[in-house]
Amino acid sequence: MSSASGFHRRLLALTRKEVRQLLRDKSNLFVGLLLPLALILLFGYGLSFDVKDAPVAIVLEDRSPAAQEAVAGIGGSPYLVPVAAANMDEAVRLIRAHKVEAIVRVPVDFSQRRAAGDARIQLIVNGADSTTASAIEGYVNGGIQTASRHIMDRSGSGSGGGITLVQRTWFNEAGVSTWYLVPGLLVLVMTLIGAFLTSLLIAREWERGTLESLFVTPVRPLELVLSKLAPYVVIGAIDMVMCLLAARFLFEVPIRGSLIVIIFASLLYLIVALLLGLFISGTTRNQFAASQMALLASFMPAMMLSGFVFDLRNVPLVIQIVSQLLPATHFMELVKSLFLAGTIWPMVLKNCAILAAYGVLLAFVTGRTLRKRLD
Amino acid sequence: MPMADLIAWLAQTFALVRKEILALVKDPANRTILFAPALMQALLFGYGATYDLTHVPYAVVDQSQGAASTELLARLDGTGVFRRETTLASNAQIGDLIDSGKVLLAISIPSDFEHRLTVGDTAPIQIILDGRNSSTAGAAAGQIGAIVADYGRSLGGSPPITVERRAWYNPNLESRWTLMPAMIAALSFLQTLLLSALSVAREREQGTFDQLLVTPLNPMQILIGKAIPSILVGLIQSTIILLIIRFWFQIPMNGSYWLLYLGLVTFTAAGVGIGMSISALSLTMQQAMLYTFLLVMPLMLLSGMLTPVRNMPQILQLLTYVNPLRFGIDMVRRIYLEGAVFADVALDFIPMLAVAAITLPLAAWLFRNRLA
Amino acid sequence: MSEPDITVAIEGLRKRFDAPDGKPFDAIDDISLTVRAGELTAFVGPDGAGKTTLLRMMAGLLRPDEGSLHVLGIDVRADPQSVQNRISYMPQRFGLYEDLSVQENLDLYADLHGVPQEVRRERFGRMLEMTDMARFTDRPAGKLSGGMKQKLGLACTLVRSPDLLLLDEPSVGVDPLSRRDLWKIIDQLIADEQLSVIVSTAYMDEAERCAQIFVFHHGKILADGPPDALRKRAESLGYVADALPDRPARVLQARLIDAPDRIIDAVPKGGDVHFIRRPECDEAALADLLSDTRVQPRDAELEDAFMLLLREHENEPAQAADDANTNKEDGDRYGTAETASPSAGERDGPVIVVRDLVRKFGDFIAVASTSFDVQRGEIFGLLGPNGAGKTTTFRMLCGLLPATSGHLEVAGVDLRTARAKARARIGYVSQKFALYGNLSVRENLEFFAGAYGLRGERKRERVKAVIAQFDLDASAQSGILPVGYKQRLAMAAGLLHEPDILFLDEPTSGIDPLARRAFWRTITSLAQGGVTIIITTHFMEEAEYCDRIAIQDAGELLALGTPAEVREQAGDDASDMNEAFIAIVEQNRARQTREKAAA
Repeated sequence: MSSASGFHRRLLALTRKEVRQLLRDKSNLFVGLLLPLALILLFGYGLSFDVKDAPVAIVLEDRSPAAQEAVAGIGGSPYLVPVAAANMDEAVRLIRAHKVEAIVRVPVDFSQRRAAGDARIQLIVNGADSTTASAIEGYVNGGIQTASRHIMDRSGSGSGGGITLVQRTWFNEAGVSTWYLVPGLLVLVMTLIGAFLTSLLIAREWERGTLESLFVTPVRPLELVLSKLAPYVVIGAIDMVMCLLAARFLFEVPIRGSLIVIIFASLLYLIVALLLGLFISGTTRNQFAASQMALLASFMPAMMLSGFVFDLRNVPLVIQIVSQLLPATHFMELVKSLFLAGTIWPMVLKNCAILAAYGVLLAFVTGRTLRKRLD
Repeated sequence: MPMADLIAWLAQTFALVRKEILALVKDPANRTILFAPALMQALLFGYGATYDLTHVPYAVVDQSQGAASTELLARLDGTGVFRRETTLASNAQIGDLIDSGKVLLAISIPSDFEHRLTVGDTAPIQIILDGRNSSTAGAAAGQIGAIVADYGRSLGGSPPITVERRAWYNPNLESRWTLMPAMIAALSFLQTLLLSALSVAREREQGTFDQLLVTPLNPMQILIGKAIPSILVGLIQSTIILLIIRFWFQIPMNGSYWLLYLGLVTFTAAGVGIGMSISALSLTMQQAMLYTFLLVMPLMLLSGMLTPVRNMPQILQLLTYVNPLRFGIDMVRRIYLEGAVFADVALDFIPMLAVAAITLPLAAWLFRNRLA
Repeated sequence: MSEPDITVAIEGLRKRFDAPDGKPFDAIDDISLTVRAGELTAFVGPDGAGKTTLLRMMAGLLRPDEGSLHVLGIDVRADPQSVQNRISYMPQRFGLYEDLSVQENLDLYADLHGVPQEVRRERFGRMLEMTDMARFTDRPAGKLSGGMKQKLGLACTLVRSPDLLLLDEPSVGVDPLSRRDLWKIIDQLIADEQLSVIVSTAYMDEAERCAQIFVFHHGKILADGPPDALRKRAESLGYVADALPDRPARVLQARLIDAPDRIIDAVPKGGDVHFIRRPECDEAALADLLSDTRVQPRDAELEDAFMLLLREHENEPAQAADDANTNKEDGDRYGTAETASPSAGERDGPVIVVRDLVRKFGDFIAVASTSFDVQRGEIFGLLGPNGAGKTTTFRMLCGLLPATSGHLEVAGVDLRTARAKARARIGYVSQKFALYGNLSVRENLEFFAGAYGLRGERKRERVKAVIAQFDLDASAQSGILPVGYKQRLAMAAGLLHEPDILFLDEPTSGIDPLARRAFWRTITSLAQGGVTIIITTHFMEEAEYCDRIAIQDAGELLALGTPAEVREQAGDDASDMNEAFIAIVEQNRARQTREKAAA
């Protein structure tokens, strides 16, 4: 019997076994198919940086029409909801009780100072939630400046001109945070499937003793690795399709790059994640340790350090180095660009090459953990 | 219960607590897993998790080449945040630079900029942002807007209204101050959930759980005996992170430590309750781990750690009422940053206590009634 | 290097491991041997002797540190894959894929070995028929009983005819019927195909079938040769003595075991006591030990030779004397060895009462209407194949599992209503020796003492007492102790609170014969002191230590009585408990088939 056909035959037999085990153990299917679905829905709908209907307390210590005009813009903003407060004490009570996110206070001498050209309004934001606070500051500023421009136009006074900023945002014109979170979802789901599902696979065989019996057959480590990858690539592919469908039709994120490239890159990353999981499984040989490592070493970093939510340009150099070591970071960059920007070939080729290199490295070391030796 | 019986009951339970702590401490694998990740993650995420702008590379096309534009750009560079990456000759070159991610934004100053300013007309400047990370883009735009407005004011054309911003609790609106206190709750939650979820399942697989059930210890005692060490571990982890935040990152603590720890105990107890219920429900360690994982992901995502709860749709906000992490994070932020007193956070305690009150007895019931 | 009739050639082999406490030790210590082809060869020896390590090295799974190892003429170190292509190896715990059916497991291994379809069909058919598993081909492997799993494991190992078959303790823990089936397969294959087989085993009757036996101990070979040659070593040293009147055989056996300076080994068997004397001690010296009973010489058996070898090579000969002294002290503490154990009628009735006990899991009846009593101070044995219901019955008696129906009284407490109360009066030693590996001996004991409500002075006293009684090292880390030590620690933990009843679940599996003797000596003392002992065991010959035994199969109680009564029930062919068991179970199964056919 030639060794090539032996290879195929054994690979087929092992893959058949893996598939059967997968299908008959419901918990694996659960994690493989249901959890990603739940994540897609939770993420897409639950995570958002976009502030809307933020209540803002308005304290008018000067009740003149001028003052009221000044803060009228706040009511006009779609992002803010003005809440009238009788005085600062009440406003402070509201903000401490988290009933309002900010206080806009028009001081007693507002009209006088405005006449002098030096009008001031005080804005107090709750810094405990800095992102919301910054956003609110932006919206309040916008609201007040709009009002002041109207005032100027009407009165025809003041210096015309001044510098204005014309802002154009590429790739995400509306600045909808979902657009940039949902592509990241693809990364997280692939990482989840890869690292966590497979991390238990080999460790379980070690703990149950099935590997010892397998070793004393003509089976080769490569066949073991490939057979374990196969069914999970399929599951991962199903999840990938779910993510893409959800992104396109549920969350209406545009897919501007080539779909084929996205699919290819996703499969590539999936294989890398699966191999990472297998590697963890093969080295720890212990289900408890394997799952802990999978969680801590692959999923958390993917969530926090891959550029998913936190922009990597703003982190210290050390962290940037760490994040560059993660395959997830490269895939994240790929995905965001492919969805929102289009197919930018130099970047695509660079990141795919890096992922491929990771794949080869991991395949090699995983194979080594399955060397047919017990010591 | 008569005094003597009570003492006996306590002594028995204490024997179990002591054993659990010893087993925890003496397991070499445990020692690293329990404390090193908390430490590492607190540092890594403390530095890595930031929405603040520290490094914004930009490209500029300055077709006016006048004093005003140079001054404006100098101000930009002077912040230390904006770094001029390249000066381009024409707008056409902007595309590639943004596409490749080399710059986050490009500023295009038209040739008649100087002239318009002198004459008193509106002088527009165009900025083009990479929206692939919309928060950063928005923040950068906001900051540039402020600098431009400042400059405009200095030239004499002042807008009639100045908005003075004061940020309570976090004067510089550093995102780290928002994120890190949440970590006190979140990171320890993750670990204690895992630990307590595995505790009973592991004993079942090793065969020592039967031995426990055969002793006169009743389920309540077993529950307390196992819950206390897990709670302790959770508290220690929270403390480690607290220390790092307080002394390494120097974020001031404005509330009462007593209240904070009271809250943490309640919060950790709720987490342990969930973990133990999973553990008692699972027949193998593998099941326990899978269920835990299934639960942890949604719990962490919908907790307000990364994104505010108030931005979620109503349905999801309702769901978060059973998530102790949500209230833990809220409570820690309030106490740590806002210096809240008990009255302020009383509402946070209720859901956490409810979760603990339901899951802990459930776990005890399951010990005996979930049989292989 | 290929002499056609030698399958394995080993010279100066050594394999070193790091013990759990960090110190290196030689699992295989300078071994040289040759194994001939076409024969059945046995590796015999206590646990930890090195048999598994040696088999694994032959299978290419471990690499030797020194020496040469050639299997089928191939140097295993250089080319393990070629060896693996030609041999079959069945590890001690054959890893079946539990989610896959019997047929799917077989097909997997056939595919991996590249067995052609026609050969497969014929071979599977034969093996399934021999193992009586043909009707289970679709059942998931996880749902098979222990014996069936081993049979399936053997079938998977033998999907094709190897040039050499390695079996690592294939029948450990397997019930006697399945064990018999396993050997049927092996015998058949040897007869048909002149298979070369190396089997490691702890069962003497299996070793006796072999052409060549190697005796291992601490990584060395103590002796080798055909069974006859080994048996001769104990020639004229063997005797059989009648049990004392109205006393169980174990009482006399205990007396003899307590004299290691004169007696090497003594076991109760068939109602009598078989023993061997030390070679250097003559018959006269035994006179005082055996003054009140009849003694006759008997032919030596393999087991005698084996025990002789072990005792000769024991590390500390003084240890045996110490053990004996300890046991004697036990005897004094618990009551002098020879007084009649308090029997029924002296105390107030049975200490365990079981009436019409039933346990159902859904539709499945695990235990069907079982009834029996256990008297105080009795040693009561529960025997049966895996899945018979004895584990379930056991767990119900311990209070771990509630009964579906029936009456269950333990230590005077009705278990259905007051399980917690009963638990304070019973002790339990589980098969896995539920110990907390990371804790020291003392910490384990202190925990169990505390859990049983012992405090202060009393707790300190008891912990000290059991440490002395079982000769434990208080500060040793329990997880790295050898198996025999762990068993003593587990027993000590179960006795801290001085229970009325002690439950032992397969306490001697995996324990070497010397430790097993010591264990039963302790049990005998305990029983004499009034502790009731309930025990389950796979070693049928250990049933002889019991006062009464119960045999269960498929949830039904098949036999209940003293070992003698049970042997009688089995009929004339039953010369020992092993055969009695097989006979009774088969009688019952035959009866059931008849009844089903008649209905």
